[in-house]
Amino acid sequence: MLNDFLLLMKAELALAFILFLVLILKVGKEITNERLLALIQLLLLGNFIFGFFFIESGSLFGGMFTTNGLIAFQKSIISLGIYLISLLFSDWLKKSELLPEFFILLLSAVLGMFFLISSGNLLMFYLSVELATIPVAAMANFDLDKKISSEASMKMILSSALSSGVLLFGISLIYGATGTISFDQIPALLDGNGLQILAFVFLFTAFAFKLSIVPFHLWTADVYEGSPIAVTSFLSVISKGAITFILLTTLYKVFAPMHDLWYNMVMLLSVITMVVGNLFALRQQNIKRFLAFSSIAQVGFILLGISSHSMEGTSSVVYFVLIYVFSNLAAFGVAGAISQAAGKERIEDYKGLYQTNPLISWVLALSLFSLAGIPPTAGFFGKLFLITAGASKGNYFFITVAALNMIISLYYYLRIVSAVFMDTNHQPIPKINLDHSTKLGMIICGAGIILIGLLSWVYDYITALSF
Amino acid sequence: MMEPGLYHVLFISTALFFIGVFGFLTRRNLITMLMSIELVLNSVNINFIAFNKYVWPNKLDGLFFSIFVIAIAAAEAAVAIAIIINLYRSHQSIDVENAEDLKF
Repeated sequence: MLNDFLLLMKAELALAFILFLVLILKVGKEITNERLLALIQLLLLGNFIFGFFFIESGSLFGGMFTTNGLIAFQKSIISLGIYLISLLFSDWLKKSELLPEFFILLLSAVLGMFFLISSGNLLMFYLSVELATIPVAAMANFDLDKKISSEASMKMILSSALSSGVLLFGISLIYGATGTISFDQIPALLDGNGLQILAFVFLFTAFAFKLSIVPFHLWTADVYEGSPIAVTSFLSVISKGAITFILLTTLYKVFAPMHDLWYNMVMLLSVITMVVGNLFALRQQNIKRFLAFSSIAQVGFILLGISSHSMEGTSSVVYFVLIYVFSNLAAFGVAGAISQAAGKERIEDYKGLYQTNPLISWVLALSLFSLAGIPPTAGFFGKLFLITAGASKGNYFFITVAALNMIISLYYYLRIVSAVFMDTNHQPIPKINLDHSTKLGMIICGAGIILIGLLSWVYDYITALSF
Repeated sequence: MMEPGLYHVLFISTALFFIGVFGFLTRRNLITMLMSIELVLNSVNINFIAFNKYVWPNKLDGLFFSIFVIAIAAAEAAVAIAIIINLYRSHQSIDVENAEDLKF
């Protein structure tokens, strides 16, 4: 019994151990930021490697907590993401006076995400959604003296509070309609009556808020622009990824009997999300705001893959999120390094970056190529598999719209690349001295962007785990 | 005198939910918006208790869920009020119309 508990919950236990260790170090004797950050980076790397050992499947607490190979892999993706964040933003983190608090909040949010991915019950689901959002809202306020940071955090906590209210209303209606809140028992009791459909719409609305699917995306750009870049990257990569994984489970397992109903909904929202995200991204001047709208457009592609309701859907979405972690974190890492060193966040300031900072420019170009989906970067294969999965339903009109959207997105991604490599600037950004961990993080991201697409066993491994 | 049934309670809770959403969307004061969210959460509690009492008296999931909702609502309100205090320090106001640096 105890053995089961220790083995099945090992990812959560490891994370909780790191969390409390940071807490103890914070109250203990004085320790410099550099040494503390190095220790945390080492622990997070250990946590990521530990995720690949002792993988078991099973469930605990009467089905409230479930885990299997795919869930363990999803948790590894998240562990990798936080490790990369601790590397890429080390410059900003070292100068922060509240370094331990930052990691305490970050790790508790990640703990919430781990429980979220593993949840097998609507109660567990609700509790872990809250644990995954409330610390992030506090993190958005981390630039305490900046006006926009407090505004962003206010917008985030209010919109997430409203969305959790909507989520709860949906859960209460499901409980009323079926009499159970367990993921295993709900599918057998769904017969598609009006109350259940209403409940599903409420539940999906809450997901749409958290994933910033159009028309519930209005908080996204403001929160992304106002927060510190480390927090923005966490929000746009890690929390999006975790919510995507649990959306997969809910739609494919819990609401599988209502598939005909949600297929149209997901398809329509996917197309609207792509179009609106792309069109707004065209006119952005601030790099964080630009990346916010580009991430909205990427969520549209994820929804396209989810709509297929098949094994290919699961594997292509997990694969795409893995690539998305590398490519988006690389873009945010470059934006963070420039913002930290030169204080510039506008796209026109990036003109002529290649002349002064070749390494950063190449990493930025690679990540933007991957986000746009240009071969041979991994982003191309990710989008290819998503669109193939979506096309299995035979709805070619929507697939055509999605493919056309990729062309629109090429324009604005390549606009930045051309500004960096081709334009000249009288006052270019001066040469930036990256510290070793930032450099290491960028190299890992760049290698990931190229290798994940070329090594076919990565996708095969995910397919073998999917169901 | 008629005994109140499930539909009466559900009518009240649904009305409370939409009053909360309406208040959230129209009020400009942050504290009032937070109060509107509390209305939404409490309408959910009424829903859970009503379904538990009238429809599924043997399954206590609803009762327990409402206890958790109350606890989480308190935690959320604590963080939200801390954020609002910080917003007041930087903006000297808790009116959302004054927090308008981030647009489009």
